[in-house]
Amino acid sequence: MTVHKPRPHDAAPLHVAGAARYVDDIPLPANTLHLAFGLSTVARGRVVSMDLSAVRAAPGVALVLTWRDLPGHNDVSPYPLFREPMLAEDEVFYLGMPLFLVAADSHLAARKAARLAKVEYEELPALLTLDDAIAADARFEEGPRIYGRGDLAEGFGAATHIVEGSFEVGGQEHFYLEGMVAAALPQEGGDMIVHASSQHPTEIQHKVAEALHRSMNAVRVEVRRMGGGFGGKESQGNALACACAVVADRTGRSAKMRYDRDDDMMITGKRHDFRIVYRAGCDAEGRITAVEFTQYCRCGWSPDLSLPVADRAMLHADNAYFIPNIRITSHRMITHTQSNTAFRGFGGPQGMVGIERVLDHLAHAVGRDPVEVRRLNYYAAPAGADPATPQPGAAHRFGGAHSPKDWLPQPQTTPYGQEVEDFLLHEMTEALLTSSDYAARRAAIAEWNAANPLLKRGIAFSPVKFGISFTLTHLNQAGALVHVYQDGSIHLNHGGTEMGQGLFQKVAQVAADRFGVPLETVKITATDTAKVPNTSATAASSGTDLNGMAVKAACDEIRDRLARFVAERQQADAATVRFADGRVHVGTESFPFAEVIRDAWMARVSLSSTGFYATPKIVWDRIRGQGRPFYYFAYGAAVTEVVIDTLTGENRILRADILHDCGASLNPALDIGQIEGGYVQGAGWLTTEELVWDQSGRLRTHAPSTYKIPACSDRPPVFNVALWEAANREDTIYRSKAVGEPPLMLGISALLALSDAVAACGDGSVYPALDAPATAERVLWAVRRVRGGA
Amino acid sequence: MTQVTLTVNGKSVSRDVPDTMLLSEFLREELRLTGTHVGCDTSQCGACVVHLDGRAVKSCTALAVAHSGSAVTTIEGLASGKTLHPMQEAFNEHHGLQCGFCTTGMIMTGVDMVNRYKAAGKALTPEAIRKELEGNICRCTGYHNIVKAIEDAATRMDGMAQAAE
Repeated sequence: MTVHKPRPHDAAPLHVAGAARYVDDIPLPANTLHLAFGLSTVARGRVVSMDLSAVRAAPGVALVLTWRDLPGHNDVSPYPLFREPMLAEDEVFYLGMPLFLVAADSHLAARKAARLAKVEYEELPALLTLDDAIAADARFEEGPRIYGRGDLAEGFGAATHIVEGSFEVGGQEHFYLEGMVAAALPQEGGDMIVHASSQHPTEIQHKVAEALHRSMNAVRVEVRRMGGGFGGKESQGNALACACAVVADRTGRSAKMRYDRDDDMMITGKRHDFRIVYRAGCDAEGRITAVEFTQYCRCGWSPDLSLPVADRAMLHADNAYFIPNIRITSHRMITHTQSNTAFRGFGGPQGMVGIERVLDHLAHAVGRDPVEVRRLNYYAAPAGADPATPQPGAAHRFGGAHSPKDWLPQPQTTPYGQEVEDFLLHEMTEALLTSSDYAARRAAIAEWNAANPLLKRGIAFSPVKFGISFTLTHLNQAGALVHVYQDGSIHLNHGGTEMGQGLFQKVAQVAADRFGVPLETVKITATDTAKVPNTSATAASSGTDLNGMAVKAACDEIRDRLARFVAERQQADAATVRFADGRVHVGTESFPFAEVIRDAWMARVSLSSTGFYATPKIVWDRIRGQGRPFYYFAYGAAVTEVVIDTLTGENRILRADILHDCGASLNPALDIGQIEGGYVQGAGWLTTEELVWDQSGRLRTHAPSTYKIPACSDRPPVFNVALWEAANREDTIYRSKAVGEPPLMLGISALLALSDAVAACGDGSVYPALDAPATAERVLWAVRRVRGGA
Repeated sequence: MTQVTLTVNGKSVSRDVPDTMLLSEFLREELRLTGTHVGCDTSQCGACVVHLDGRAVKSCTALAVAHSGSAVTTIEGLASGKTLHPMQEAFNEHHGLQCGFCTTGMIMTGVDMVNRYKAAGKALTPEAIRKELEGNICRCTGYHNIVKAIEDAATRMDGMAQAAE
């Protein structure tokens, strides 16, 4: 067995030697052109005149293009109903928007020349903040989307406590360590080969073909690896690839474009920031009777992927809690800033932090430990659990003074009508609270806080229930191509891309297991649109689920052919042929795998196959907000302890304990890596990572000097991560579960712990109402608030 | 254009390059040593760390001409032949990487850190590693396994020094 094993990342030996190749490392012909965009210096305006003579005359410049010079579509949008120009067409929509394209003989020459343009704008009023956009009612889609169920009036009528509030949830810069980069190499007959740091090679192919005004079969896109993606390279690499292809096509020279880090942060979109307005009611014990959310999602200037992001935020507004009466209203607001885009969790984290804030606020209102209130409101345990031994927190399944009758049917459903069939959080919560010693530490912290006037500690628990599948149902498909060569070596290809998550290794483990050969027999190859076509982005945590199954299908097809061949030769039943230990077993005999391959080739058996997979069971109506958008849910839980300095607001994570559900993990080492990294990235989003735009719409935090992602010293000194090892109830690849996005939301516990520490600064009567990111300033303001200051 | 002569990974190299050429560019473009990565272009992220006369520096903000005559070790020069340096081995075995882009800088910083602490006779505690690594950013791993790898490599490098004595 090569699956369920903690194998290191497949490229680790190359990475540690500096021999792993990224796009910027690929040797290109000596006369390669290097590209840079000239950027808009105003947030919104009409271009009155653009004098590019100094740009053209700058040393090393070979070519300068505006949108008028483009041969094909000037559109890099991933959203078919909106045209997003690669180069602005007389009107600019954000400060940093590409206006013209420079090709020069070096990266530096191109960047320097791009600064020499003389552009006159007629400035137009720009919408820069959510308040601006709301006041102007500037939105995508005709009106808000509304999902929900039950009767809010009845729910609030039954409530003994009602809380309300509004809070801000900041955006997040991806800060993939490898910035955006692409290269194009012109081929004969107008064909083009593109290397891109992209999570979505098929979309690059599609957009490059349109930009060149050719069909998709003229373009081949290859992606070996990215130096991090996190969703940022799902759509926003299109512009670089198209720019390279256009220049390469026009000049016959290869072209490469790499955004300098500052340009990358100025040009590309980030995680959507949200304002979440809530009103929530519960009974005396804290059992939720009604919740009303209004989510304002700041999309930036173009739709990009904002609509499905906003949908997913709505779909995670329940997180782990059964809410009988709920309404979620989602407004997708336009501002003249970078077009916000996919980022690990894809709206889910924003939706989830909303309901976790509500749970915290309700717990404060009823005066109970927030963990107890959370467990009280959890979805019911899986149907079939023995009702005689109720699960902790599941008591409402069996009725009660405040339980409406319609809570009785099982399993419970989400507000969008999907049954929650495998709710693992009752047991996971119990296990984590025990392993993290939550109750004793909470008591010890209260004691410590009483004795420490300047420093205050806080502790918080938060759960994660994250839906797995693309909500755009047709994206839930994948293809693979597997060859076995006559020497017995295996060539593996699929539509997923590698960005560090270990997808290639997991899928190689699957292939090796199907053939019963050592992992070293399988050669992992770069994602290539010429090998596997029409792929979906490697996104939505679905890489292994989809591509693993497609590879399994391809391997099994070849395996079946081999089994038939061997069975016929040995006069045995094909069903009894086994592939294990590098051998093919039939009856009492066995043969080396490579020998069987050679014989099969000699006997003219096809040793190559494609494989295909489409996720079953999913149906979704995004307008009505009803259906089963997700194949299954992945779960997790975290306890975080923090300390704050009440004089400065500075703060630190002291300890994090995590229990996370990866189903039957395909590779525990890689999965734990995803969990650790996801937690830290999530905690960074909600604490130190602050994006600041000035009044002209200029992003002021456009480098790591001012935009603070977690550093090594920020990671919790005590960091306990464990897997909840239980096979996925759905028939996924080896019963594993997706792991890319869900752990990011474990970081919500860090925000809640800070809130807990702030609460300890006052007499407990004021809810801290801490916005995110909870920077030192915000923590300080919240401390003042709970102490009765302004 | 100025002639720059450097000893890179033990070999003397000489090139006529513009005065504005960064050391990172010199290594990547002139010598094709692409294991040195450029992450932030402003000496914040540490992906470009190399050893210059035995000290860790961020090559994306060092001018090549300013260091003519120096000795440079890059990630490509760390292994002896096919035998990986203990720091490289430790990153491999402890899963101290995901996307790998920060890894080479992390390893070069790690080696420098261990050497400095050993020379000063100080113990390299996990706390010290966390503090020392502040100039190297990783966006994937959450740093946990990176710290473990450096801690383990420090022990292995002790063994290496003893074996050499």
